[in-house]
Amino acid sequence: MNKFLDLFLTFARIGGLTFGGGYAMLPILQREVVEKRGWATEEELMDYYAIGQCTPGIIAVNTATFIGQKTGGIMGGIIATLGVVFPSLIIISVIAAFIQNFADLAVVQNAFAGIRVCVCVLIFNAVVKLWKKSVVDKRTLVIFLLITAGSVLTDLSPILFVIAAGAVGILLKNKEVQAK
Amino acid sequence: MMLYLQLFYEFFKAGLFAVGGGMATLPFLYNISDKAGWFTYGQLADMIAISESTPGPIGVNMATYVGFTTGGIPGAVIATLGLITPSIIIILIIAGFLKAFKDSKYVQNAFYGLRPASTGLIAAAGLSVVALVLFRKELYEATGNLLDLINLQNAALMAVLYFFTARFKKTKGLHPVAFIAASAVIGILFRFAGV
Repeated sequence: MNKFLDLFLTFARIGGLTFGGGYAMLPILQREVVEKRGWATEEELMDYYAIGQCTPGIIAVNTATFIGQKTGGIMGGIIATLGVVFPSLIIISVIAAFIQNFADLAVVQNAFAGIRVCVCVLIFNAVVKLWKKSVVDKRTLVIFLLITAGSVLTDLSPILFVIAAGAVGILLKNKEVQAK
Repeated sequence: MMLYLQLFYEFFKAGLFAVGGGMATLPFLYNISDKAGWFTYGQLADMIAISESTPGPIGVNMATYVGFTTGGIPGAVIATLGLITPSIIIILIIAGFLKAFKDSKYVQNAFYGLRPASTGLIAAAGLSVVALVLFRKELYEATGNLLDLINLQNAALMAVLYFFTARFKKTKGLHPVAFIAASAVIGILFRFAGV
């Protein structure tokens, strides 16, 4: 299949299967992009999420642009991004036009209460996969714990955490080289 | 024509200055409501509810919805394009830099620290959803009964889903959508929202 068409359709599927924000997209991305198509590695996915946190725009879109660009250059980045927003355009337009009380429907509320539980479990499994690739020693464990706690307990911007973690990474590795 | 230009401009601004998840665009939407008067706060609350209960990233859903309410289908397309244009430009530039410097020791070392941080941020976001799903703080505060604190129905489904998605060999390789669909059906059958 044409690479651009494949990018568009894959990201349209990812957009249509995302229930929630950019984080809810992660399990679907792992399956479609990392495991099925090999367009990116788990490590790259983490990098894109980290960068997506500190750059403007919503994370889901930033990640789509990143992976699209890596797979098919600038055109690929644009097409993957258009793909990820495509289902929203269709679904929301239909709902806005015809079903004014969509969010009040009992069947919708009950379905989404169930889906929300599922998204929790899927994100948990996704984090376990990332953990195996990113928490590789004691120092990365400390970084992981500090950032998780800091992010749960404080209102500090994720940008601060990401910049600090990057700086710590450079410092630790430099020290390692000097110690040798 | 003016309306479409203005829609594009307002959402371009939201896409350019909202850093973080889709919810970071909220203050911009309130601002648009104040300034342009295209929709009321009440309508905005409905749009947020619908954006959360439909597939697609929430930020994109909200842009589409506001665009549609303001200017029909062309409005929906233009607002969404406005929202994603800054991202595309900025990420394409960063991706170019990353490619050029990917062998740099500094970039690699920075990622050594960034990856566990990235995992931590995602874990924290996941935890906040888990807390929301597992605990019924309001009900507990109202009744003072400790048994009301935990949503047992959700906890049970969570345990079952964990078994089938991560432990049971025959099902753990299934596409996530299979579990999402099953959970939607279970939610409807057992009235998970209590309505």
